[in-house]
Amino acid sequence: MKGLGQALPSVIVIAVVVALWWALVAVTNSAIFPTPWGVVTGTLELARDGTLWEHIGASLLRVGAGFGIAVAFAIPLGLWMGWVRGAFVMLNPLFQILRPISPIAWIPIAILWFGVGNASPIYLIFIASVFPMIVQTTVGVHTIEKRFLRAADNFGVTRKKLFLQVVIPATLPQIIVGMRIGLGVAWLVVVAAEMIALRSGLGYMIIDSRNAGNRYDLVIAGMIIIGLIGLALDGFMRLLEGMKIVRWRYAH
Amino acid sequence: MPTKIEVKHVGKGFPADNGRLEVITDLNLSVNDGEFVALVGPSGCGKTTLMNIIAGFLAPDTGAVIVNGVPRNGPNRKGIMITQQGSVFPWLTVKQNLLFGLPDELPNRDALADEYAALVGLKGFENNYPHELSGGMLKRAEIARALVVKPEILYMDEPFSALDALMSLRMQNELLRILAKEKHTVLLITHDVEEAIHVADRILVLSPRPARIQASFDVPFAHPRKLSSPQAQALRVAILKELGVEETV
Repeated sequence: MKGLGQALPSVIVIAVVVALWWALVAVTNSAIFPTPWGVVTGTLELARDGTLWEHIGASLLRVGAGFGIAVAFAIPLGLWMGWVRGAFVMLNPLFQILRPISPIAWIPIAILWFGVGNASPIYLIFIASVFPMIVQTTVGVHTIEKRFLRAADNFGVTRKKLFLQVVIPATLPQIIVGMRIGLGVAWLVVVAAEMIALRSGLGYMIIDSRNAGNRYDLVIAGMIIIGLIGLALDGFMRLLEGMKIVRWRYAH
Repeated sequence: MPTKIEVKHVGKGFPADNGRLEVITDLNLSVNDGEFVALVGPSGCGKTTLMNIIAGFLAPDTGAVIVNGVPRNGPNRKGIMITQQGSVFPWLTVKQNLLFGLPDELPNRDALADEYAALVGLKGFENNYPHELSGGMLKRAEIARALVVKPEILYMDEPFSALDALMSLRMQNELLRILAKEKHTVLLITHDVEEAIHVADRILVLSPRPARIQASFDVPFAHPRKLSSPQAQALRVAILKELGVEETV
């Protein structure tokens, strides 16, 4: 019941926005801009003929691939840069220059290198999500409290044990923060990337709906679905923060 | 008793704004095997620096630390440090913390970890994470983790200062109970003269910076000690006087 009570104000705000939207469309008598109900029927239509699931599946698959590759790349690299001073000094300036470049700016190069297939958006997602994860992982290693490293030193454990039982678990909360940020930007970028080319995905669905006869009900349906899936993905990452092994960092 | 730790002419300074800050100069002390020695001194006198040098975390500028007749060269598992902040790994359970210092190939490591958890009164909490424990229990976990690797020396730097007075006293008694079972050499830093009298065999008073040994007091009372006894009170006054605090009993 407490959760319900907390959710109530936000539900009211959303209801007000939807009501306002509905009222404005009704008052202006817009021929193109859909009502909320129009969006619902449009969504149901797409859901019934199955194209909606294909688009969602395509977008999620690209995000999964691009983000997965970025995780596999960023975490070992971030740990290495965090632990080995020389690696940090050598690589950090390059990453700091690459990091502020919007993934959108990479689109022409992605098309040049990878064509208009799946590889382009996967590459763009990789580029977008890899840097925040490298940075967070590196920061995580740099901020390990000295008393823990000293204790490990005191017990004279092997290098393997030092990494598996001290460095990595101590960094894990920051790694998870990085993954949350990374997945967030990955989802942002997949939609943008799909707007450029390709024949599937939620981004494609939005652009295609507009081009194929101003179906703005489907444009807005796509936007709302993107928002909801983004929320679900973030919720999934937040579940990781609830793991007992990282609770020490987030609790209190 | 053979000499366990020998600190010979140790000096240490740090770079400061106006040249150099000498923290320790020509400090000599020795600790016998199995002896419990407390170091008391004014705050900022370099106690922690001295402890870090003896434990091997810090190299002295001059002089040497000799442990078991061999010059100290870095920290090792024969001497475990316990500090005020503590260093129990928050991402490992109590049991995993105890297993941490034990080599993987040790056949009875699991049983050993359980035995030491029980020794400090943490039976039933082996699978709890540190953030699920109270401050006193966390200290017990830290002591168990130190003892399970069978160290020869315990270095304790204000170990109970973060606890409240009652819990601190309880932990002192607990420590004495455990030490009665396993004879370790202990070096304790404390600012609490009563704590030192309560637990130590010998109390060394350090001078203000740069630190030297200013005075040494034997504590000849049998355990369990009564701090309210006239002899203990007289000792307390004498130590406080060395620290520059005049007090009438």
